[in-house]
Amino acid sequence: MNAPKLTASLQANPRLDRWIAFLPDRTARVASGKVEIGQGIVTALRQIAAEELDLPLDRVAVASGDTEIGPDEAYTTSSLSVMVSGASIRLVAAEARRLLTERAALRLNCAPEDLSVDAEGFVRAGEATGLDYWDVAGEIDWTAAATGAGQPKRPSDYRVVGESAPRDDLPAKVAGGGFLHDLVMPEMLHARTLRQPSPGAALVSLDEAAIRRAARGEIEIVREANFVAFVSADEWTVERAAEAAPAHAEWRGVRDLRPADGDAHGLPDLKANDHIYGDPEPEVPPAGDVVEIMITRPYVAHASLGPSVALAKFEGGRLEVRSHGQGMHPLRRNLAGALRLDEAAIHCIHVDGAGCYGHNGADDAALDAAIVAMAKPGRWVRLQWRRAEEFAYEPVGPAMLVKARATVDATGAPVDWTTDIWSPVHVQRPGAPGVVMLAAQALRPPPPWGPPVDPPPERGYGGPRNAFPLYRVGALRVRHHLTERAPIRTSALRGLGALPNVFAIEGLMDELAARAGADPVAYRLGLLDDPRARAVIERTAALAGWEDRGEAGTGRGLGIAFARYKNIAAYAAVAVRVSVDEEVRMERIWTVADAGLAVNPDGIRNQLEGGCVQGASWALKEEVKLDGPGIASIDWESYPILRFSEVPDITAELIDRPAEPALGVGECTVGPTAAAIGNAVAHALGRRIHDMPLTRERVMASLLAG
Amino acid sequence: MARLAFELNGKPVAVEAGEDEPLLYVLRNALGATSVRFGCGLEQCGCCAVLVDGAKAFACTQPAAMVEGKSVETVEGMGGEDAPGPIQSAFLAEQAGQCGYCLSGMLIATKALLAETPKPTRPEIRAALDGHLCRCGAHERIVRAVERAAGMRP
Repeated sequence: MNAPKLTASLQANPRLDRWIAFLPDRTARVASGKVEIGQGIVTALRQIAAEELDLPLDRVAVASGDTEIGPDEAYTTSSLSVMVSGASIRLVAAEARRLLTERAALRLNCAPEDLSVDAEGFVRAGEATGLDYWDVAGEIDWTAAATGAGQPKRPSDYRVVGESAPRDDLPAKVAGGGFLHDLVMPEMLHARTLRQPSPGAALVSLDEAAIRRAARGEIEIVREANFVAFVSADEWTVERAAEAAPAHAEWRGVRDLRPADGDAHGLPDLKANDHIYGDPEPEVPPAGDVVEIMITRPYVAHASLGPSVALAKFEGGRLEVRSHGQGMHPLRRNLAGALRLDEAAIHCIHVDGAGCYGHNGADDAALDAAIVAMAKPGRWVRLQWRRAEEFAYEPVGPAMLVKARATVDATGAPVDWTTDIWSPVHVQRPGAPGVVMLAAQALRPPPPWGPPVDPPPERGYGGPRNAFPLYRVGALRVRHHLTERAPIRTSALRGLGALPNVFAIEGLMDELAARAGADPVAYRLGLLDDPRARAVIERTAALAGWEDRGEAGTGRGLGIAFARYKNIAAYAAVAVRVSVDEEVRMERIWTVADAGLAVNPDGIRNQLEGGCVQGASWALKEEVKLDGPGIASIDWESYPILRFSEVPDITAELIDRPAEPALGVGECTVGPTAAAIGNAVAHALGRRIHDMPLTRERVMASLLAG
Repeated sequence: MARLAFELNGKPVAVEAGEDEPLLYVLRNALGATSVRFGCGLEQCGCCAVLVDGAKAFACTQPAAMVEGKSVETVEGMGGEDAPGPIQSAFLAEQAGQCGYCLSGMLIATKALLAETPKPTRPEIRAALDGHLCRCGAHERIVRAVERAAGMRP
């Protein structure tokens, strides 16, 4: 049998000892560059390793996100952790098992094929041999490169993978611990920042005496150029200092935005770089009617429930960092650049934080803490952002305007399709042209501005993510108008462009179905060849009682939507029933997904449900407001998210296909949920609302216009 | 600084607290009750909920001085990682959480709800949890966990 192909992660980190170790306490430790962000990845990776090694789950540990132990796997993003890190760990564990079995066979003077493994060790002909992995592990050169020579198990032999193993990390988290926020180091100092109000703003004066009076306790003030932090052994004292500080600081060159700067309808007026994908424009427009839909989505926030925090200590020229960022190796590189330290002098370790859903303030807080730590060598510094700081200074998900246009033939089927997207860049992690961490902008003039770079097609696109419908639509092209400079910092938010694009595509599909006099589900199925796509739609429709959908325009509506995330990850369909009087109320959500081999079915359902709620929250409620220096929605009153009284019962089902490769699921229901809501509201009202969020004001405007 | 004495999870404690210092910092930093999570400092998210003489209160704004002589309960009093109490066990059984940052507040709100309404309906559960935000979208599971804690699910 041919050896399986090495994953990209393994090619970049070939040494076996970057991935696996057999520890003296007779446990195996596998390492991953992917980190726990509430999605249960550590549990799933542990299941994969335990499966290949035939060890009980409690004999396998996962070290995730440690620059001294584990592999560099960049960031934990794009629903790739099981697909890439999981596949790597499967190969490494299978190879380790093979190497260990060969050593044991030599000792036992038998053929490797004669040996199997159980919880006690190697077994030959049903008898324990008295040897286990740890007896022979010392005889293997773990610094060697992985070859992919191990043969992973057949899925039909799985006993741990495919089980809904409970999450490893939850018992601590329901008992008051488990978060970086909870970590206490000896003699730890607390710190808070005074933020540079906008990039390029210069601190003219700071009334330190007034701030010290307001702190009502001993504080130190760390100032470097336009970066300011307050430090004390007492957290409440620095909190008071930080609370008071903006009133005692004078800045020059502060940005002055207007609320209209946040309006997605203005995006086509901004300078953009165009990227065209897919089929060329037809030289002669195809015959048929043209149907078009235009939708917008405002800037939206990650809005993590816990403010960003980081711990850092600088001693003997070495910097230790604890962070809840999405990638510790990239963080180390970025800290080295910002602090002008050697990468080898920095050790970053991931500790769980509150859910981030993308690139939020986590990395920036790590640089903040490191700056303060270098000013206070020898002491651990814990720097936490304030709530307003989290809302105002995290990078946000870009506003988008999307036009989807189809030419339909006499039967009502599309023969030509164009998706046009206007959007600021979706990923601006430090290291991209002209992009540095937040505090680095305050330390020294930032590097020269570079044109924004969205993720390329092979990484699933940024703005155009899921802009290519899976339906048979004839000639298909996507035109991405990538905004050169947005008014505020934007970066990766769960699903990138998928939510607005799926909202537009699936809205247009409903319009096309109505125009053809067809049922929306039947119309979609008529244009879909992939049986897995068809299956999730059919099952969702059955769960939702689609045949009893009812008439349009009654105030109650049922909508459905479908997408395959990035067109290569999990398939998901979502149906939502709503009632609309003055505002939209969800009565029920159903979702069905196909993620291939389900490593942990309950963990996947948890992700599906969460994606439904978050997608619904973005579609119905959320909008980052701009005013003055930047973001003006800086608390949960001005940035409301979906609450318990607004979340309906949710049914999430999984179509398990154990023989198919595992597909990423973390983001697959977000777009279809928003789109299903859009379609349900259109069904309830008899007319479509094109601008998110679908607020009371927009419902009222739609009713009045009708 | 002022001396402050109260009962924390059934045991008498005495600490120094700063003037106007919210209960949250006293519980987390002086008394190690890290379940009391900082979320907003504005009583808007519910992460910091505790019980004061059995009634739910938000520790992020409640001045510590207000609990002098009173009884404060936090999640630490419900059970530990190795021996979770019944409400914690119900949340674990339903795998009711993703990142878990909101869960302390959910557990406290559940305890307060079930003390008043031992067999709550779904609307009553949602109303009781409405002041508690969950950003990951674990709502469905959290509602099921409350039902399980109430003995309404097997």
